[in-house]
Amino acid sequence: MSILVNKDTKVIVQGFTGKEGSFHAEQCLAYGTKIVGGVTPNKGGTEHLGQPVFNTVKDAVSATGATVSMIFVPPVFVADAVMEAADAGIELAVIITEGAPVRDMQAAKAYAVKHGMKTIGPNCPGIITAEECKIGIMPGMIFKKGNVGLISKSGTLTYEGANQVCREGFGISTAVGIGGDPIIGLSYKQLLPMFEADPETHAIVMIGEIGGDLEIQAAAYIKENIKKPVVAFIAGQTAPKGKRMGHAGAIVSGGAGTAAEKMAALEAAGVKVVVSPAEIGKAIAEVLAKK
Amino acid sequence: MNIHEYQAKQIFAKYGVPTPKGLMAESVEQAVKNAEILGGPIWVVKAQIHAGGRGLGGGVKLARSLEEVEKLSREILGMTLVTHQTGPEGKLVQKLYIEDGADIKDELYLGVVLDRAKEMPIIMASTEGGMAIEDVAHDTPEKIIKVAVDPAIGFQGFHGRELVFGLGITDPSEQKKFIDFASKLYKLYMENDAEMIEINPLVKTGSGEFLALDGKMGFDDSALGRHPEIEAMRDISEEDADEREAGKYGLSYVSLDGEIGCMVNGAGLAMGTMDTINYMGGTPANFLDVGGKANAETVAKGFEIILKNPKVKAIFVNIFGGIVRCDRIANGILEATKLVDVHVPVIVRLDGTNAPEAAEILRNANIANVIAATDLADGAAKAVAAAKQAK
Repeated sequence: MSILVNKDTKVIVQGFTGKEGSFHAEQCLAYGTKIVGGVTPNKGGTEHLGQPVFNTVKDAVSATGATVSMIFVPPVFVADAVMEAADAGIELAVIITEGAPVRDMQAAKAYAVKHGMKTIGPNCPGIITAEECKIGIMPGMIFKKGNVGLISKSGTLTYEGANQVCREGFGISTAVGIGGDPIIGLSYKQLLPMFEADPETHAIVMIGEIGGDLEIQAAAYIKENIKKPVVAFIAGQTAPKGKRMGHAGAIVSGGAGTAAEKMAALEAAGVKVVVSPAEIGKAIAEVLAKK
Repeated sequence: MNIHEYQAKQIFAKYGVPTPKGLMAESVEQAVKNAEILGGPIWVVKAQIHAGGRGLGGGVKLARSLEEVEKLSREILGMTLVTHQTGPEGKLVQKLYIEDGADIKDELYLGVVLDRAKEMPIIMASTEGGMAIEDVAHDTPEKIIKVAVDPAIGFQGFHGRELVFGLGITDPSEQKKFIDFASKLYKLYMENDAEMIEINPLVKTGSGEFLALDGKMGFDDSALGRHPEIEAMRDISEEDADEREAGKYGLSYVSLDGEIGCMVNGAGLAMGTMDTINYMGGTPANFLDVGGKANAETVAKGFEIILKNPKVKAIFVNIFGGIVRCDRIANGILEATKLVDVHVPVIVRLDGTNAPEAAEILRNANIANVIAATDLADGAAKAVAAAKQAK
């Protein structure tokens, strides 16, 4: 078991033949992901990386039965690609592209929700079920199979966290990079119950950042609904107020969304909060030993 | 990207959002000339900087004669204005806005921002104009009216009614004017990919007109490509020179007060690295995200920018290679030590894709100043120790 994706998940790639799309699709195929085709307008009928190319997502879905799409199109085409996927009946769109305008994502997400399509990202490393299915740009080799679920706003902190968990002798069930933009798809609150329900997952690592209130919402949810142990780290305790730290969402304004606030809320919900990401692995070892 | 008040008011005017008449000046002579054109009898001389709280800092003053306009312009132009948003170092005033004085009866607040929880724009209004809205939100949250507008339906009549009844505007003609004002503001927010608009204060005049007395706008950087006319409003003198220089090379840089320079890939890990340094008793000198496309040139540039800061006593390079390959970073470090005089210890932690090859490259190069670290905790500890030793 795992959440959302596994070895049988059929995946198509939007922006399949572009430079980024090609490079990462090839890596995913090498990892064992069932990429069954891709979409590039005007290249329908050709083959790429040994897989068929289609002009539209509808064509790709009807020919391959794919349920998940990995999106690599340029920023200004992201909204169009997401809405096309939703319209074609895709169940989950994983949006890797960085720099999609916020207004576009607002419309695209609303449309996806209306059509019952889940989204992950944008501007994220994607999702990986260890040793089964990698849909994204993370280095696959650090994710050893195991019983720790991971949810993170940050790409490289996902790797850092997973690597520590594995070095402590544990492993990852599924890791999801949710992205740090102002508007994102699946968040902690939707992913936590999936991990709670997954028998393979015994503990959860949650990595957050300054800005917004998703972590605060997660804390409230954990308090009421999550029985499995949760370890959390919030990046940006030392970030100055009002400055943008790379991710568009990571702006602390007007006192809302600080690391201190989020850490306190999570601690009050019974989460083991670490002050440095270097402590994630040890904290997981501790909570799993207690069980 | 942020713009000046006078630029925001140009956009307001384009959309029919009423503002007092005003003209921008870059010299005292121009300021006086502007005042003559506007005609008076009362003018406001306003410092143009990208920060709020200008009035309290002495950057906004009333003039009752042309002589006074000249005197005040001379005072304000070239001054370093310190407000609660500029930091203690303040900001140099290089532009003035000379504006007609308004007959103020009431001061209100009106703004549009993205509500991240609702995932739609939200219009905020308050009767407590002229105060910092953060303070109003903290002390008297009930005095802020929030109306979320779903872009799928746009600004409707009921949104407007919620605003005017919430603000206690009872006169039907005033209600109509205010609703018209708010709907235009929403429209310009959407059409220009704004990130936030703030009018504080929005005033009601003695004759019952609503005027944007101030105007603050920020834009979504990711959408500037489709708004060349807004991109053209960029004032580079308002931006940190080092941050701009870094941006040219795809680096995201923010300078801080500490002693340990950081070079990291990924924004989250970069913040996590700063947090770890702090946790171990050191102080980070900067945030620096080298991004996913780091190479020898960008790494060298990163070192150059970090080392411009005389406070830096050690540098911690913390890379977890996913897209970024560690061997490339290792070569970048070697290259950088040839291009830049790296006179402080450099602690290097490279993990992930091609980490063993990277370790090999650094070992073979055997540079005196470069210290290898095994993981994040080890690297941060070594960086903190190196910075302490340098004192």
